[in-house]
Amino acid sequence: MPLSNIKGNNDVGMSPISAKVKAVAGVSSKKIGYKLDVAFKLTALVSGLVVIAVTLGIGILLLVNSQTSIQHFGLGFLTNASWNPVEENFGALSSIYGTLVSTGIAMLIAAPIGLAIALFLVELSHPVLSRIAGSAIELLAAIPSIIFGMWGLFVFAPLMQQHVQPALGKSLGFLPLFQGPPMGIGMLTAGIILALMILPYITAVTRDVLQMVPPVLKEAGHGFGATMWEVTKKVSIPYGIRGIVGAMFLGLGRALGETMAVTFVIGNSHRISPSLFESGNSIASSIALEFGEAVQDPLFKSVLIELGLILFIITLIFQVLAHVWLLKLKKNEGR
Amino acid sequence: MRSKSILARRFLDTTVRVLSATSAMVGIIFLAWILIDVALKGAPAFDLNFFTKRTGPFSIPDTGMANAIVGTLYLTVLATIIGVPIGLMAGVYLSEIDKDSHISTAIRFVSNILMGMPSILIGIFVYGIIVAPMKQYSGYAGGIALAIIMLPVVARTSEDILRLVPNELRESALALGAPLWKSTLTIVFRSAKAGLITGGLLAIARVSGETAPLLFTAFNNNHFTWLGESGIGQYIYDMREPTPNLTVTIFQYAMSPYKEWKEQAWGGSLLITATVLVLSVVARAVFRGKKYDGGK
Repeated sequence: MPLSNIKGNNDVGMSPISAKVKAVAGVSSKKIGYKLDVAFKLTALVSGLVVIAVTLGIGILLLVNSQTSIQHFGLGFLTNASWNPVEENFGALSSIYGTLVSTGIAMLIAAPIGLAIALFLVELSHPVLSRIAGSAIELLAAIPSIIFGMWGLFVFAPLMQQHVQPALGKSLGFLPLFQGPPMGIGMLTAGIILALMILPYITAVTRDVLQMVPPVLKEAGHGFGATMWEVTKKVSIPYGIRGIVGAMFLGLGRALGETMAVTFVIGNSHRISPSLFESGNSIASSIALEFGEAVQDPLFKSVLIELGLILFIITLIFQVLAHVWLLKLKKNEGR
Repeated sequence: MRSKSILARRFLDTTVRVLSATSAMVGIIFLAWILIDVALKGAPAFDLNFFTKRTGPFSIPDTGMANAIVGTLYLTVLATIIGVPIGLMAGVYLSEIDKDSHISTAIRFVSNILMGMPSILIGIFVYGIIVAPMKQYSGYAGGIALAIIMLPVVARTSEDILRLVPNELRESALALGAPLWKSTLTIVFRSAKAGLITGGLLAIARVSGETAPLLFTAFNNNHFTWLGESGIGQYIYDMREPTPNLTVTIFQYAMSPYKEWKEQAWGGSLLITATVLVLSVVARAVFRGKKYDGGK
């Protein structure tokens, strides 16, 4: 409907002057004009409502199609760590664990580095370099996630296996986190690849926030003899804290639901292991890899859709939290 | 800070400077490393076969990715035809018709949620409403899944862009007696044209690299799924069929044990990355070139 509307109207737009004269002079075309106005407003409203309908539709479809699984396993699904398609014994715990742990590792790496890069771009580097590097980072945010996944599997995982994991095992091997055979792929590698994927995104938003700090405030700080870091810590970060936290939340949301970057490198085994070297799985990677075979089996399919429902709820919670933060930010801007 | 000596403060400051510059370098080196690897490993796959031959089972010699390239083009075009007009009109609603009611607040909030929705869930959704009832993977399902991803992106960017148009333009059009639709489509759109094109291009760039939503919708296929043997049908894909596409092919090839397929997957990755980067650069150039045009 909206497409035909735009096409029709563009024809009128070819001769705006004559159309305008007609619209002003002719009563009948005026009436048509206003009737079209109603149609135009309706089309716009319906288009807006489509967004709501689709989002609600996703939630409803996930809820309805996971009923078989919900009735079969009940709440125990959330705390069951086993995953056995042959015996039809499924639990979501290992997937939830893997999703949260890989996202946690990614945030631990990407949040401080993203902040540091943003700081470098805004405060330390030459303006020309800052502009070029800034645009480059914005472009990098557009790279498809499957590229990160492939690079992770073929280039980064062997490197982890041969150098990084043995070194970590030697130096920090007393911690259960870094024990076990170096396999290359696994939870740690997935977290690092996820971190690389969300790094440009977090950096770009944080840089925007730091740039929004009024120069007068920073100059006042420098005028008191404060160093760059003191100004950043006491002026810029407090000023932009909500924007920075909002950026982190948005990066977190991306990491939680990321499929391709994780699927390649997480190892895809349904188990919970204290070691970050061991392979695991995330909700999104399980769905991506197992949905195809599950299509034949109603219970298996329903189980995967319930995993999707859990992911939907987790991302929704973080989205709403991020939204609340950003809303507060806007309110404070008025001051 | 009171008791800290100036030396200690300077030392801390220098430490932070060094740390910040180092992590900037590490981050940029890693990202550049990925890009260079994709270019170096992808470029050798680019030969005539890559662009002219179809994907095939491993036993067949001389395969390429041509059918997947064409399929990705068709899926992206279909997604654009569906997603851009609806998203644009939603943006018009938010910027031109109803700025601050409960409905527009709800649309804005839900758009943000849909924008952050994991794309694999959108794949499951479209599987549930289209693929499962039809009992057939199809290009239509893939296109619709991509369109859903575009929808909130286009809606929010076009709202932002339209809001940049000065109100005087709208008022003078309305004062001449032009109805709202005419002032919006001929005056407001015209002055916001560059920004709207940028928003559309960025949305296209965003979906052209998507894999997850296509896994259970467009699926994949080793053929050129032309609609017919002759006439216009020989240039158009039959979107009722599973539609081959680059990203799912890359995924399947990269996960395969064959060396040749992995090489082709790198080629596909390079092609996708280059396309996305070029689209993003063009989008920015369009906006920058026209930024101070049209009375803005």
